[in-house]
Parts: sequence; structure tokens; C-alpha cells
Amino acid sequence: MGLKTNAAGVALAFVCAFGTALPALAQNAAPPLGPKAAAVIAPEQTFRIGVVRQIPEPPPWIAPLQMPPDDLGIAGAELGIRDNLTSGRFVKLDYKLSTEVVPTGEDPLPAVEKLVADGNNFILLDVLAKDLVRIADAVKDKDVILINVGATDDVLRQQDCRANVFHIAPSRAMLTDALAQFLVTKRWLNWFLMTGRTDADKLYAEALKRSAKKFGAKIVAEKTWDYGPDARATAQAEVPRGTQVGEYDMLVVADELGEFGDILPYNTWLSRPIAGTQGLMPLSWHPTMENWGASQLQSRFFKQHKRLMQPLDFQMWEGVFSIGSASLKTRSSDPAKVKAQMLAPDYDLPVFKGVAASFRPWDQQLRQPILLTHATNTVTLSPQSGFLHQRTPLDTLGVDQPESVCKLN
Amino acid sequence: MKRHLTLSTGLLALAGVLIVDAAPAFAQARAFVSNERDHTMSVIDMDTLKVIDTIKTGRRPRGIIASPDGKLIYLCASDDNRVEVYDAKTLKLVKTLRSGPDPELFVLHPSGNPLYIANEDDNMVTVVNVENNDLIAEIPVGVEPEGMGISPDGKFMVNTSETTNMAHVVDTATNEIIENILVDSRPRIAEFSADGKQLWVSAEVGGTVAVVDPTDGWKIIKKISFKIPGVNDDAIQPVGVRLTKDGSKAFIALGPANRVAVVDAKTLEVEKYLLVGQRVWQLGFTPDEKFLISTNGNSNDISIIDVASEKVTKSVPVGRLPWGVVVVP
Repeated sequence: MGLKTNAAGVALAFVCAFGTALPALAQNAAPPLGPKAAAVIAPEQTFRIGVVRQIPEPPPWIAPLQMPPDDLGIAGAELGIRDNLTSGRFVKLDYKLSTEVVPTGEDPLPAVEKLVADGNNFILLDVLAKDLVRIADAVKDKDVILINVGATDDVLRQQDCRANVFHIAPSRAMLTDALAQFLVTKRWLNWFLMTGRTDADKLYAEALKRSAKKFGAKIVAEKTWDYGPDARATAQAEVPRGTQVGEYDMLVVADELGEFGDILPYNTWLSRPIAGTQGLMPLSWHPTMENWGASQLQSRFFKQHKRLMQPLDFQMWEGVFSIGSASLKTRSSDPAKVKAQMLAPDYDLPVFKGVAASFRPWDQQLRQPILLTHATNTVTLSPQSGFLHQRTPLDTLGVDQPESVCKLN
Repeated sequence: MKRHLTLSTGLLALAGVLIVDAAPAFAQARAFVSNERDHTMSVIDMDTLKVIDTIKTGRRPRGIIASPDGKLIYLCASDDNRVEVYDAKTLKLVKTLRSGPDPELFVLHPSGNPLYIANEDDNMVTVVNVENNDLIAEIPVGVEPEGMGISPDGKFMVNTSETTNMAHVVDTATNEIIENILVDSRPRIAEFSADGKQLWVSAEVGGTVAVVDPTDGWKIIKKISFKIPGVNDDAIQPVGVRLTKDGSKAFIALGPANRVAVVDAKTLEVEKYLLVGQRVWQLGFTPDEKFLISTNGNSNDISIIDVASEKVTKSVPVGRLPWGVVVVP
């Protein structure tokens, strides 16, 4: 027990002291052979990473279990910086994080411009798609790499793709392809699609339809949710009526805001499972992910932030880690060199999912396995076995090179 | 008085029976396999290839090694944050040692003391005196320290950090890092050749094994990569590495490729792939090097490889998610 306390103290002291001084290892329990790590040497290169997160429009109601933490996403970036520091000190690299949180409805561009003016060459963005395009164009001539960690819009990887933007967040097409592969594997081929009222919901529904077609599932019925923004009190009466559409295998739901998806299970007319934005969800990450060393990342995150790691936390961690991973090879914070490394054929990012992630050169989207998870368990990861691709099975998820209309320049 | 005498004699007799009973079963080499998911250790008689005992251990047993004389088995109970020490003959827990948090893998100094333990959650290597359980040092290393190797002369300890993608070389006289070798993604195991002239480092996600020359500035001589017809490159994930004492062959466990690669340790060319169980993880030789054992995490068994003929001869079911293996005479 004594050691445990001691060890934690050392680790904490180390993190706090790093970059400025030798970590203190003054605990009485430790004999004289303390670590004189490379941290004493002044860093030769500093990587300045900025984060701009815009607080999204809140849904009409939030279930108690889904209350977003104040530091959602940012906490992941902070862990990423800590991991980068731990690795980078061996080769005299330093990393700094600056964070800007933009209130709902305000313009995030000034926050980005401020970070750029302060010398941040790498900026993680969690903003709306339309703002992301505007930001990318506004800083086009600056020495800056933008990393989209939040927006899932496929248009950002297609018509609106930009050469100065990398995408960590999986696109909707990647998410729904991951789900479709699993449902097809289970032979749950006939889907009833329920779509919400927002534009985002319509895009998610479009992605589901595209995936169904791609992998041989069928949309046998389709409805738009029109029972108002908060139907919790009347769900038991309304949902059975609204779900009488004949026979189907699976209710797939497009409700990105979270207005109604969670009140569908057990209220449907037929006893059918639910998947999509609720039920069995395709996600980049979930607290129940444990395999392939994931429990180590979960545990590091929990130690630092005293809460569970959510998808946006993971995507921000990946964003910072993707720069850190490249930096160990470039040893230079020149964004052009870092970008070249991130797109190099030997660049692989171990993201605790069994196979390495990497960037697709044609749209700069991170290819990575997608989890299929319900509230308390990660059921599987896609790509499912048997879905083959000449390059990597990961490219069975999302828009592949021949279909891409992205022109990076 | 008489009653007391009787009781003592009875106990002695009982003890005698136990010893007599126990001795023959343990006359042969035994393999110890840590089963990560059911918190047990399987003991296999290497003559009959039968599981002769299954021992309940601390939670999430992973790294497993033996003392140089083969009398003690050291086991990392990762979720209980301790090292457990078992008597290799009686199979009893002798003592527990401090480990630092979340111990995964460790290595003993060739003299049998101290023990170097990778603390996966805390970016540290903990050095412990196995005699008195004293903490000798805590060495800060990269993110998620994992593989632990030690040079045959005991002068250098090498730790791999999975997320930093480095092998850290530590001078055991000062417990300070003297070199950091950047290798491919998720380095898992560091293994010295018996003559100390090569250091092999496997990179699970990178899919390669780096062969390093410790006598020439720790430079990478070659990165060995693998190609298996019909197996996707993503599934080729090198983990466990073992070299024969004569320095002629290396065996490399390839994870979800379900194969063990046989490598010519002189030319560093891959010679063949042996099909074993699913998600092959770690490897261990019998003391005479006639057999190599692989732990196959997803098929819950071990494969026995005949080293001379380079053939898989048998698989033996063990516990859930077998992780590591060590064989003692």
C-alpha cells in the first residue's frame, strides 16, 4: 500500500514538473537510485497544439446518465499531451496545449485566429461542418494543420475536403458501414428506419441507406419521428402505434440529438432490437472497450480525470497523439514535415483496437476500426471478418478511393 | 503425553504420505501457464503433456518467469498490483512482492535478484529486491511500459514502452536510461541473444521485429517483417520472441495470425510459419530446448512445438486466455 501511494505521487510529480525541472523523487521509501530522466535537458522542439471546441446546441432533454461533462473532449486532449510529453522527453520534444471553448451559436473563427496568432501550428477542431470549411479557408495560407475531431459530415471528406484538414472523427459513412457489416453478418437484413427532425438526422439516415445498399440490407419501412421533442411521458402509448409497419428485423434510428432514440427500446410494437444513434451504436470509443490494451488508456484517462472516456475524449486524444506519434520521427515541429509524416506509408497509429490506424491519402480521413456498443458492452468491432479489401479491411468502412470526389489542393 | 505423541506421529505420517505422493508427479519438467481471464495458473507435466494442477492466483495473471535455479515461479497478478512467488515443486504461494501498480511483465537479474517490473499504468519500471521486498528504484520510462529484457551479463535492462514506441536501455549499475531506440508501433517484447550480441524487439502493431546490435551504439541492424499467404498484413502482430541458446534460430509469436515464425538468427531471414492456436501470445522453451510452448489466448490452449523438426506436435487445453509460459526442470 505504501508503495502504491508513493508510486502515484512520483507519477504526479513527474507530470507536473515536466518541462521545467527534474521530477522530484524524494519519497523516503525510495533509496538513492532515483531516476535522472532526460527531462533535465531543455526541449529542442516545441509542438504547440490548440483546441477549439464549440458547445453544441443542447437537446430538449438529457438523460441523467448522458449529462455531458464540462471538459468533454478537452480532457482527452490533455491526456494526449501528457502521453506525448512522456514519450517526447526521451528525444527532447515538448508539447503545449491551449484550449478555447466557444459558446453555442457564437463564431468559432476568432478563437482559431487567436490560437494561430499565438503560434499554435496544430489545431484540433470540434465545430460544425459549415464553420470548419470557413476556418480551413481562412487559415489556408498560414502554417497550420487543422484536425477535425468532431464533425462526422461526409461532405467534409468529399466536395468540401481541404488539404489543410485531417479528419480523426469517423464519418457518418464509416459509422453506418460498420453497423451494416455487423447486421448483415447476423442476417438481420430488413430494416425499419426511423429518422429525426434535424438536418443531421437526415444525413445519418442517408448514410444508413447508402450502407444498406452497399452491404445488401433492405430498408423495408421508413418513418419520421413526429411526436414532438420530448415524448418521454407518452412513449408507452405512442411508440407502439408509430412502429406498426409490418415485419422487419431491426429498427435503425437516426437521432443524433438524442430526442427519441432512447425511448424506443421496449416500446416498439414488435420485439425487435434497435441500432444506430441509439441501441447498438457504431462509435469510435466507449468506456466498455477493454481489449488490445484499451483498458490501459481507459485507466490512464480515469486516473487523470476521474470519469469515463467518451468518444469525443478519445478523438481528441487521437488527434494529439497523431501529432505526437509523427513528431518522434520528424523531431521537428514544422507542420509541413509533420503532415508529410502523417501521410507517409509507414505511419501507423496504435489506437487500442487491434490494428493500426492510418490516414487515407485521398481525403486525409483516419481509417480505424469502429466499435459497436450498447450502454454496457462493446459487442464487436468492424470491419467484420470476411469483408475484404485489396488495401486493408479498414477501407471497407466509409468512402473508398474510387468513389471519392475529394480533390485536395 | 501419550496422546500428544500419537498426534505428532500421525501428522508426520500424513506429511510423509503427501511427500511420497507428490514427489513422482513432479520428477519431470513442468510448464506453468498464466491464464489471464480466469485468474489461474495451469501446471503441465511435460512428459505426459497433461495438466496436473490448476492453481488459483491473484487477479489477471500475466507475466510469468522462473528463478535461475527453477525453484521459484514469479507471476504478475496485474489487477492485484503484486508479484506472487510460488514454489515450483509444492505449487504453494511462498510470498508476494511489491510490484508497483498494474505489473504486466518483468525480468530477473541473471543472478536471481533484483526483479525489474514494468508498471503499465504508471510509465515506470519498478526495481525490487526479491529477498526482502525492498524498493530499489523506480525508473520513469515511456507510456505503457511492457516488454522487459536483460543482457546475459546483467549489465543492461531493456524496457519497451508500447505507446511511446521505444526500447529504453537502462544501465543496471545506475538504473538510468542510457539509450532510447525508436522502433515500430506497440513494442511488446525485448529479448537478448544468449551471447548478448543481439537484442530482438517485437512491434505488435508495426508488424515487425527489430534486431538491435548492443555492441554498436544500439543501432537497428534489421527490421524483420512477415508475409503469410492468405493472412492479411493487419493480422500479423509479433509479440513473444525466443532465441535458441546456440543463437541459430528465433521463434516469433504472431498474435492473431495464429502462427509462430521460425527465423534464421544468423541471416535474419524468415524460414517458415508454424500454425498454432488462436492469438498466439508468448513462447517458452523447455530447459533442454527440445520443445517450445506457445500460449494461444483465444483458443484457450497451448501448442507444443518440436524444435528440431519445427513441427507442431500437440495442443493442450488450459485456462481462459492463456498469456505467458515458463518451463522449469
